[in-house]
Amino acid sequence: MRLLVEPAKVGVLVFVAAILQVSIFSTLQILGGAPDVVLLTLVGIALLRGSIYGACAGFFAGLLIDTANLGTLGVTSLLLTIAGYWIGRYGETTGRDRAHAPFVSVAVATILVQFGALFLHYMLGDPVSARVVLLDALPAKVGLNLLLTLPVYALTRWVLGLGTAPEGATEVQLLG
Amino acid sequence: MAGSLVLLSVVLITIYFREPVGGGLHGVQSGGATVLRPFEVGAERVARPFRDAYGWFAGVLHAKSENGRLRKEVDAYSALATRNANAVQQNAQLKSLLKYVSAPQFPKNFDPVATDVISRPPAELAQQVGIAAGSSSGIRINDPVVNADGLVGKVTQVASHGAEVTLLTDPDLMATAVDLRTQATGLVGNGQGRGTLILDRVSKSDDVKAGDLIVTQGWHYKELSSIFPAGIPVGVVTSASVNDTDLYWQVQVSPRVHFGSSLQSVLVLVPKSRPH
Repeated sequence: MRLLVEPAKVGVLVFVAAILQVSIFSTLQILGGAPDVVLLTLVGIALLRGSIYGACAGFFAGLLIDTANLGTLGVTSLLLTIAGYWIGRYGETTGRDRAHAPFVSVAVATILVQFGALFLHYMLGDPVSARVVLLDALPAKVGLNLLLTLPVYALTRWVLGLGTAPEGATEVQLLG
Repeated sequence: MAGSLVLLSVVLITIYFREPVGGGLHGVQSGGATVLRPFEVGAERVARPFRDAYGWFAGVLHAKSENGRLRKEVDAYSALATRNANAVQQNAQLKSLLKYVSAPQFPKNFDPVATDVISRPPAELAQQVGIAAGSSSGIRINDPVVNADGLVGKVTQVASHGAEVTLLTDPDLMATAVDLRTQATGLVGNGQGRGTLILDRVSKSDDVKAGDLIVTQGWHYKELSSIFPAGIPVGVVTSASVNDTDLYWQVQVSPRVHFGSSLQSVLVLVPKSRPH
């Protein structure tokens, strides 16, 4: 049963976050940036459920966002799959049981995803300005994401814990 | 597992990028967008009261300073309206005498489709928004999009119940425009600053100055005509300068449309008679 419930809860979380992102949070331009609740939710899922869940949730979230925005399919999926996997691995290894892990993950993932998005859009020939993406929007986006990290992480933890005992990421034993 | 998903993402990008607009993946995306549309509309409606409340408080803060400026503008425009009414009447009489064949006129030759803005990608990466009406409402690619303030952009992708609108602030979008005072013509497009426009290709022999209203020019030549009909307000000239080395005026334009989060609904201008 748990095999079905867990992916369903992750799917619902990602779906709601993606819908809220494209229709509400993307319009909240504060100091030049907008919060990214999909990335925040992904951080929560990946840290609490591990790298495989992180990668799958990232791929699904990216597909939803690209579909809703009628953007190039696969671009956001690629970025969020890598981000979800990396955050999951961090949660399984050095970030395990660390209180600062969500904040570190959000800050690093926000910066890397923004750089990655700039690179991909540039490679696809889209008109993007590095100054706007990296100087105008990025600092505000990092700040806003960090502000929202705690509530979104707590909400994600609560939803994932519904009906089942909370479980940490699978521990990885380092050899050698 | 993660490697497979990365590979799948790259494959999706490659296919989507290489296939034509009517291709299979575009069709799947269009269907997906239609499925997601009710959820987006629902979320947008839930958020609207909060957004309106924020807009109300922000508006009150700016209302006092804006009031004095608007009163002066109303006085000036009242006088202008009287003169314009006479000119319109005279223009109609002269046109009927000449049997003048004019280009499509805004707004009388268009059926406006009013629709909500339901999605937008991160503003720093893309200057497009998603709207809740699509081909089922008669909307096609390249239909002009306006709101009460003026020109917003044009339709660049269409699904059956949704469409993508590229905003005028996109670097790839330009429109022929004219200075309403002097009839100096140029191309209006994305400016240097965020949310600003420039009026490019204005000949040095023309006259442009700060405060001039810029509207779309509209043109037609045989079977061809511009995407944007004439007379849609674009913005107001904030600065105009020229030097010896430049071939054209350097004109900065402040758009009348607020392209930020306050852009909540738009009108898509669907031509009453569409050329086949």
